[in-house]
Amino acid sequence: MTVSDPNPVVGDAQLRVVLVDDHAMFRTGVRAEITASVDVVGEAGDVDAAVEVIVRTRPDVVLLDVHLPGGGGPEVLRRLSTSAPEVRCLALSVSDAAEDVIGVIRAGARGYVTKTISGEDLVDAIGRVAAGDAVFSPRLAGFVLDAFAGHVEVAQVDSDLDRLTEREREVMRLIARGYAYKEVAKELFISPKTVETHVSSVLRKLQLSSRHELTRWANDRRLI
Amino acid sequence: MVPRPATCDDQGVTSPSARPAPPVRRAYRPAGRRLVSGVSAGVADHLGVDTLWVRLAFTVTAVLNGVGIVAYLLLWRFLPIADDTASPGLEAAGRRGLRTARTTTWVDHTRAVAILALGAGVALALQVSGQGIAWGWLVPLTVGGAGLAVMWRGLDDVGRVSRLRWWSVARVVVGIGLVAAAAAFAVTVEGGWSALADAGVAIAVALVGLAIVAGPWIASLVTDLGAERRERVRSQERADVAAHLHDSVLQTLSLLQKYADDPATVSTVARRQERELRAWLYGGDELADSTLAVAMRAAADEVEDHHRVAVELVVVGDTPVDPDVVAVVRAAREAMVNAAKHAGVDRVDVFAEASPGVVEVFVRDRGAGFDPESVDPDRMGLRGSIMDRVRRHGGRAEVRSSPGSGTEVRLVLPRPERPSHDEPKRDEPKHQEHNPGTTDPRSEHDRV
Repeated sequence: MTVSDPNPVVGDAQLRVVLVDDHAMFRTGVRAEITASVDVVGEAGDVDAAVEVIVRTRPDVVLLDVHLPGGGGPEVLRRLSTSAPEVRCLALSVSDAAEDVIGVIRAGARGYVTKTISGEDLVDAIGRVAAGDAVFSPRLAGFVLDAFAGHVEVAQVDSDLDRLTEREREVMRLIARGYAYKEVAKELFISPKTVETHVSSVLRKLQLSSRHELTRWANDRRLI
Repeated sequence: MVPRPATCDDQGVTSPSARPAPPVRRAYRPAGRRLVSGVSAGVADHLGVDTLWVRLAFTVTAVLNGVGIVAYLLLWRFLPIADDTASPGLEAAGRRGLRTARTTTWVDHTRAVAILALGAGVALALQVSGQGIAWGWLVPLTVGGAGLAVMWRGLDDVGRVSRLRWWSVARVVVGIGLVAAAAAFAVTVEGGWSALADAGVAIAVALVGLAIVAGPWIASLVTDLGAERRERVRSQERADVAAHLHDSVLQTLSLLQKYADDPATVSTVARRQERELRAWLYGGDELADSTLAVAMRAAADEVEDHHRVAVELVVVGDTPVDPDVVAVVRAAREAMVNAAKHAGVDRVDVFAEASPGVVEVFVRDRGAGFDPESVDPDRMGLRGSIMDRVRRHGGRAEVRSSPGSGTEVRLVLPRPERPSHDEPKRDEPKHQEHNPGTTDPRSEHDRV
């Protein structure tokens, strides 16, 4: 998805990661792929176990499946928001449904990647999330463009949260076209840091916008 | 496959609507999000506003002159109750508790109770100040209304579940009791004043009561017939699912075992199966070649199949196909094939966006790249199949590439401005189907 940062490690220590997925086989696979670069400190297969292990181990990043017994990824995020609000989550799913993708982001995930992502890219995404940035896959960028596409009357806009700026839209379009953050930066003649700022701002809007179009869009589309 | 009430009744009507007709959205009462009847939630969903405002509107109009109550009861009677539907994949995940379902929360309850209390308070104030209706009428009306609500809620549940539950029946019985009590109260109050009117009123009240009691029963009998039919359809669907799994997944699994030592074949077969299953689980009942998104998907699938390359397709917005769009899709397909053949990568990113004035497609790879100035004359694909084809249809194609940094093909097709929403003109062919799953959300916002 993105060109790998050579060093996803913040500081000296390896990033501490918790894997949450209800398929043990998938957890084993992911663990094998990323274990060289990050420190997998815990695993969980359902919502209760996930919250327990996350609160106990306080990892840097949680890799969170969207579909989980006990209420799904959003439920984990909701419970963490009170018990461990500083833990950052990256959603990982096979689901293509806009409802699921937007739902987990609005519940508080810092990014969304599909399970077909390569190990290298996943490690890169983990590093990005740990550093406080947002991780957008081309598909998520497409959903965002769709969700914020509708025309909003000015009277209805109670804050800037309800629409993307022109620059943010450009960044989203480039990500949807498959550009990595660095390539986006080069294309728009801005610094990679600025790209990250734009992406984080889009994430914030996605999470906080109360535009009912956003929920209705997810509702109406249902399918992708 | 997805039980969505897609109706196309309006296709033949020459309505003054300029936009291609969106699928008719039918309001319904969501069974999972009922506080009392689901009317407010259903209306709110349909109008796209928060439930709070709908409840407030009902309460205000109810207190003002009672219209709200009548409207609410009518909607309760005539809006069909239904479960929120989703695609098979989502429904399955929802049933197994893997997803968070949309249900009512305590916030909803608190808000509803607060609004109700507010309404009751205002009504009481009106009564006390002498502006309301006579107490002799208010009491039976209130009791009767409550009885109706209790009974209808019970009937809703009786009609929906296959097995009768005692509390549903109890609700109906209690509801009938309340209505009868209210009627009796009304009759005695009236009877005290005029013995002559007594009999007439009694009969009228009895008739009205009978109609109210029996009406829903008859209605629910009719609904039951429908439910039975639905059940039959559902069992057929289940058989279809079994057949589908047998034909696709089982076959693929046996193929995989057979080719276990040939990674290339395994990944091709697995990828094809994944795509197929994904389309089946999360896709809609899309008609072939009906919209840009469907056509692009088909083109990407075809390239994936024939060239062993993963095509990551993202489509934003959608538009019905016409010959110009077809040309763009074919050119995009050619660009994907080029990337698969010459770039030497296993992945191509494709992004298609249909905005109101323009259709744009980007095909990008991170492969070998080439110098566009020195394209071999025999590479006819690029010139003939991509550039000229798009140009003939009023668009343009740009190729950005340099050795070592991959290639990006950009296809731009300006779309003639659609007539704005007031003009009685429709230039879309009549047979266009608009799939709910791929409807351009922008078309709902009158942006042209």
